[in-house]
Amino acid sequence: MVRSRMVFWIFFAPVIMWLSLLIVLPLCDLLTMSFRGENDYGDMIWTFQNYFNFFDEPIYWLTFVRTCLYAIITTFVVFLLSMPVSFYIAKLARTRVQGALMIMLLLPFWVSELVRIYGWMILLRESGVLNFFMLKIGLIDKPVEMLYNDATMIMGLVYTSMLFMVVPLVSVMESLDDSLIEAAHDLGAGQWTIWRTIIIPHCKPGITSGSIVVFMLVLGNYLTPNLMGGKNSLWFTEQIYNQFIASFNWNQGSAFGFLLLILSSLIIWIGLKLTRQKLGEVAS
Amino acid sequence: MIRSLPRSKAYNWSFNCFIILYFVFLFAPLVVTCVLAFNNSDFPSLPWKGFTLDWFLSSGPERIGIFHDDQNLRSIVTSFQTAFFVSILSVIVGTCASFLFEKEEFRFKGLLYFLMLAPLVIPGVILGISLLLASNTAGMYFEDNFGLDFEVFRPSFWLVVMGQFSFITTFVTLVVSARLRKFDHSLEEAALNLGATQLGVIWHITLKFLRPAIIGAGAVAFLMSFENFNTTLFLVGSEPTLPINLYLQVRDGSTPVINAVSLLLIVGTSLLALCNLYFSKREE
Repeated sequence: MVRSRMVFWIFFAPVIMWLSLLIVLPLCDLLTMSFRGENDYGDMIWTFQNYFNFFDEPIYWLTFVRTCLYAIITTFVVFLLSMPVSFYIAKLARTRVQGALMIMLLLPFWVSELVRIYGWMILLRESGVLNFFMLKIGLIDKPVEMLYNDATMIMGLVYTSMLFMVVPLVSVMESLDDSLIEAAHDLGAGQWTIWRTIIIPHCKPGITSGSIVVFMLVLGNYLTPNLMGGKNSLWFTEQIYNQFIASFNWNQGSAFGFLLLILSSLIIWIGLKLTRQKLGEVAS
Repeated sequence: MIRSLPRSKAYNWSFNCFIILYFVFLFAPLVVTCVLAFNNSDFPSLPWKGFTLDWFLSSGPERIGIFHDDQNLRSIVTSFQTAFFVSILSVIVGTCASFLFEKEEFRFKGLLYFLMLAPLVIPGVILGISLLLASNTAGMYFEDNFGLDFEVFRPSFWLVVMGQFSFITTFVTLVVSARLRKFDHSLEEAALNLGATQLGVIWHITLKFLRPAIIGAGAVAFLMSFENFNTTLFLVGSEPTLPINLYLQVRDGSTPVINAVSLLLIVGTSLLALCNLYFSKREE
């Protein structure tokens, strides 16, 4: 079917406007800003100073490494928790319950992240609900502050990003043929062998796409580390925010932003290469 | 092991326990938030001091319920306006993009498709700061060269709309593309043979076929915009959206009014999400 040029342009124009004006140009601006800085006389010049600052100042790159490390830990915890949950929904639950469980899984995800974190705050803080009950039943003598430490922060990050792992895992597990597991069972394979040789290899695409999304969301998260992590648990996005809003040093902030972007794209690229997938497949 | 295989009692029991605990973990913060919205106490914590609707209806002076709280109400209205414009814009451009990528052939299509997916892997914070930088650059350019001062280029309502639009459109495109792939192209060809114009065909046949997907994508876009925090944080001007406003309140210490707002948000988003789910189920 031959299409006219006009129809093509009707589709093409808004898309190219969106991508160039809102994605490409801003990112180019981010890159150029990160190479600008003031010299001793206060004039703007091209410089690598913003990047040198990052490596010179331990607090910057330590936060960077820390953020990356914690994002990996979170992704792994999310994976460990999601595997049995999605297995239960896809393979164990009765078919009638399945749909209801899926809806129950999806609902909290639609509620704003802020509300969910706020819920955890009133549960966990010193005057919180959990402390109230633990005091009531005599488990503890005086309230414990459960917020503002790294473990709680990771729990919060796991909580907010869990669904992005469960949903792809459920869909790949549903496509796994039950008879494979039955055959393995009949031939005498144990649970562990079945998981290792059948279920996990089959779920690999779901695991990769889930991990990529979770990792990226955790890396770029601002709210959860900020509200649950307390004073001395810095997250790299907070550094970016501080540079932009508090110090008003946009050049330094751009350099940080660009480093974060490189890190997230690099990890995603490695993940895709290792599992031989394409971004398009993972996304859909 | 799975539904069709014999399972030991212990296995079943422990798995069920795990799933119950998981759902408790998933819903505990939401339930606690909702329950404490009705607590007759000045702090969002236990002990339970009796049922009250003060946090919704009270008109002051000691307690100001949400329906009399101008600041929160205004932010809710702002969020609605933002989400409205974002979903309209992203549905239009996203539909164009899915037509472009599914039906047209042109040079650099692969590159453009990759760019379209890019917002999925760019952390929201980076989208926010890069757009802030670019709009600032554009504003300075217009001011220096033409002496024009545009409100749009400073952090403002429209900048928030643009920021959210820039990545939500990608999700709309993916949803609509998935539906477009199932479209039977012989219908279009038949209509063309019968003398319809190309735009007429798209309007009367293809778009009609896509309608459920477009409505679904619009609902998702609305929800995503309503709960977005990371990108909005950097672009927001004097009119905060609800998540930003709530964040400021939570950070500075909380009152049960936040619980009341959260409850409304939970109920509202759940209803919209359930509607969306119901309609997409029926469509299948």
